[in-house]
Amino acid sequence: MISHLWINNEETAAVILFGIGFTMLLFQKNLLKKLIGMNIMDTGTFLFLASMGYIEGRKAPIVTDGVLERTAYINPVPAGLVLTGIVVSVSVTAIMLSLTVRLYKRYHTLDLDVMYERSGHTAEDR
Amino acid sequence: MKKVFDRFYNLIAVICCLLLIGVLLYAVSLLPSYGEENPRSVEVVERYVEHGLEETGATNIVAGMILDYRAFDTLGESHVLFTALICVIILLGKDKKNMRREYDSYYTVEAESYHLLQTDTIVRLVGYVLLPGLFLFGIYILLNGQLSPGGGFSGGAIMGAALIIFAVAFGFETVDRVFTEKLLKTVTFVALSFYSFAKGYVFFTGANGIDNHIPKGVPGAILSGGLILPLDIAVGFVVACTMFGFYSLFRRGSIGHDITFMDQQ
Repeated sequence: MISHLWINNEETAAVILFGIGFTMLLFQKNLLKKLIGMNIMDTGTFLFLASMGYIEGRKAPIVTDGVLERTAYINPVPAGLVLTGIVVSVSVTAIMLSLTVRLYKRYHTLDLDVMYERSGHTAEDR
Repeated sequence: MKKVFDRFYNLIAVICCLLLIGVLLYAVSLLPSYGEENPRSVEVVERYVEHGLEETGATNIVAGMILDYRAFDTLGESHVLFTALICVIILLGKDKKNMRREYDSYYTVEAESYHLLQTDTIVRLVGYVLLPGLFLFGIYILLNGQLSPGGGFSGGAIMGAALIIFAVAFGFETVDRVFTEKLLKTVTFVALSFYSFAKGYVFFTGANGIDNHIPKGVPGAILSGGLILPLDIAVGFVVACTMFGFYSLFRRGSIGHDITFMDQQ
């Protein structure tokens, strides 16, 4: 198992990046750091998809010399999926950054606990 | 209560993270080796590679895939970008109703000139040198999407970045002369509705077995690939407008015109 993880080192790195991002989402109180964690998760997903599409010794799927064999090109499907992922990541980041700006304007802090207390709740009743 | 919650939260969170990473690593160890072809996924790829050129007319198989076979996926992506832009306009756009001094004063600089970018001689000179090349590069990538790596999203992102550099080098007031909020909304709306109707027409005729009379062109020529080139241009305009819209909204809370603090008067 460990040796196969070493052979699949790109996928392993992608999964560990995903885990780091998830850990940041759970442990950081600062909203901006949570956002950075989510972007790290996105990056892990892109790396995973790109490495899944790669096949040793084959070219990018662009027909230049009339070769129309599957065995000549790498897998084109993950490329399209990565494109979708990047667009969604950009949109989600923009919306969450603007929500963060609005929350900062309202509570003058980025810390979620302080925000919770300033919104009229006490720390005990959560 | 809070201390108990915090202790258990940390414990459960650590367990969750370790479990997630462990399960994912176990899944990775069962995947096919890196650099080898997965024999279970060849059917779709075979169809795209071997019939893609004659069915879509695009030499770039990825472009033929995302803008012909899976065009509704890309339409959804463009609408995701458009929806994100609308959300940011709603959240950050400033008008007379939502300008509340007690919220704004804390984080904005009070000076009137804060929302105007300070144009610098060095940045302006670099802009003179870089901008024509950047716009040309963006348009080149946009128009060659069906022939080479690139297409609507990458070309549009380069053009959006060029617009942002334009605003940084020459100030927002220069961009505002050509790029207004009304222009942005019109361009985005026209591009998205063109995409929807064109691709809806193609899918409708294709599903009913009717010829759609869209010429495929010679593979390798710039006017080839049927609808891929116009759809690329539409997507590129949406992406460029969205990128510049995000920058402008985050920087000054509006697109195309400056709103300074109105409740001061």
